Amino acid sequence: MTDTSDTTARPGRRAVFEAALRRRSMRIAATSTAAVLLAIVLLVPLAPGWEAVKKSFFNGPVFSKTFPGLLDAFLLDIAIFAWSLPLIAILSLVVAICRDIQRPALYPLKLFATLYTDIFRGLPVILVIYLIGFGVPGLGLPRPWNSPYIWGSLALILVYSAYVAEVIRSGIESIHRSQRSAALSLGLSSGDTMRFVVLPQALRNVVPANMNLVIALQKDVALLSFVGPVEIFRQAGVYKSLYANFTPYVGAALIFLIITIPATRYADYLMHKRRRIEQ
Amino acid sequence: MKTIVTALCATLVATAATAGNDCTAGKTLEDGVLTIATGNPAYFPWVIDDAPETKQGFEAAVAYAIANEMGFEDDAVSWVRTSFDEAIQPGAKNFDINMQQYSITPEREEMVDFSLPYYTSAMAILTTATVVEAVGDPAPEALKGLLWGAMAGTTGAMMIDDAIGPEKDILLYNDNTDVTQAIQAGQIDAALFDLPTALYLSAVTVENGALLGQFPAERSQNPDQFGILMEDGNPLKACVDAAIEALTASGQLAALEAQWLAAATGVPVIE
Repeated sequence: MTDTSDTTARPGRRAVFEAALRRRSMRIAATSTAAVLLAIVLLVPLAPGWEAVKKSFFNGPVFSKTFPGLLDAFLLDIAIFAWSLPLIAILSLVVAICRDIQRPALYPLKLFATLYTDIFRGLPVILVIYLIGFGVPGLGLPRPWNSPYIWGSLALILVYSAYVAEVIRSGIESIHRSQRSAALSLGLSSGDTMRFVVLPQALRNVVPANMNLVIALQKDVALLSFVGPVEIFRQAGVYKSLYANFTPYVGAALIFLIITIPATRYADYLMHKRRRIEQ
Repeated sequence: MKTIVTALCATLVATAATAGNDCTAGKTLEDGVLTIATGNPAYFPWVIDDAPETKQGFEAAVAYAIANEMGFEDDAVSWVRTSFDEAIQPGAKNFDINMQQYSITPEREEMVDFSLPYYTSAMAILTTATVVEAVGDPAPEALKGLLWGAMAGTTGAMMIDDAIGPEKDILLYNDNTDVTQAIQAGQIDAALFDLPTALYLSAVTVENGALLGQFPAERSQNPDQFGILMEDGNPLKACVDAAIEALTASGQLAALEAQWLAAATGVPVIE
């Protein structure tokens, strides 16, 4: 604290020592990573069942025969994802705002929003998809309104909106009360306060958390296959029973990773950026 | 007391060890016991009431016939349950033979072993009476316009595209119950099943259920033959094949089929 000018001028003993320490830990990290990789590459094939596992999970011919079909089926996943996401954004925002309602007259809305998030966050996604995907069309709706695409997507939208609404609500609550008081004292209505003061900050605060949910949604789209649509997971299952081989699942996993790894990295980047701004 | 129990166990093992014939000696998981796997649950009419040990149902009856032919008495047969995935996964298996309407295909044959076929199934179109009325004659052109479904992983699912070539994407489901639910909810018009399953579902499960037609068992393309699944390279295959051959030759297999899977007449045949 007392004398920093010395270290900025030329590397002091401390800086030299720290640089050496950094080099040393880099060396250790590289060596241990290499050792682990080498152990995996050398030891796994030594396992007695490796040949059988390789034939069942990493089968080249089966992979090349099924991969194009899997890519094709993945388009359906993307489509479901694409039409669900905007609806989730809208519904979750509405629910989050309802939960923040202060006026006594509108209390039923608040109660409804609370019940909604409690119920749909408490149920397994797959159960909701089954109940809504099969149950509602079972009421006797005419075509095309009984389509599993519609009701399956709705189930996904309901569940994910509950999660996203909670995230948005935490964002809203993170905005200090004094900001609302200040906005109100400037003459803004409570609606305008929400719209122009609270939400812009709240939503920005929760972008990283919501990115995680977007990634989870991307994967959970596959659950729609339970009510009929032949998307990538189901297509992989069909190939699995056709070839009596699990390689198509590995293919499907690769396709998912191609999408989700960049998305995860992007979420991490956003979170990092957020932290830097806050500091 | 302990010694008596030990002695009892010893005698039990000793007597059990005499089960099986020359062919099967030392080839089963447990000496003198044939462990047979079936589905969980096992469906009618293949196994009645999900209780294969009662010998009720076509596959249960055939399983005991094969076991007896291989020299295993009824009480030397032990049942386990597996899913399709467990049956094809690499590694040690908990069954000697697995019997749950596995269709023999060349692709599957590369990964697992199949016995000789014990049944050749016609494929039938399960639907509702309303759809049958609307379609009328089950001509291939009329079938294209329907919304099709099937149970994923069955031959039915694989056959729809080849045999019918529907205009709209087919929908696939996890099990029979889900397919019937989708028919009931009007999400699909028709589903393709093996004939015995379709007959059962149309008569019992699907409200207002009906069969629109059947693809004959002896069709030239992809006849749907059921075989017993065994681990790739299982030495027991020769014994099972010999037993099935003997049962086919003696007419016992045909008799069991007539007993459990009759009533397939009257369903219009699609050429």
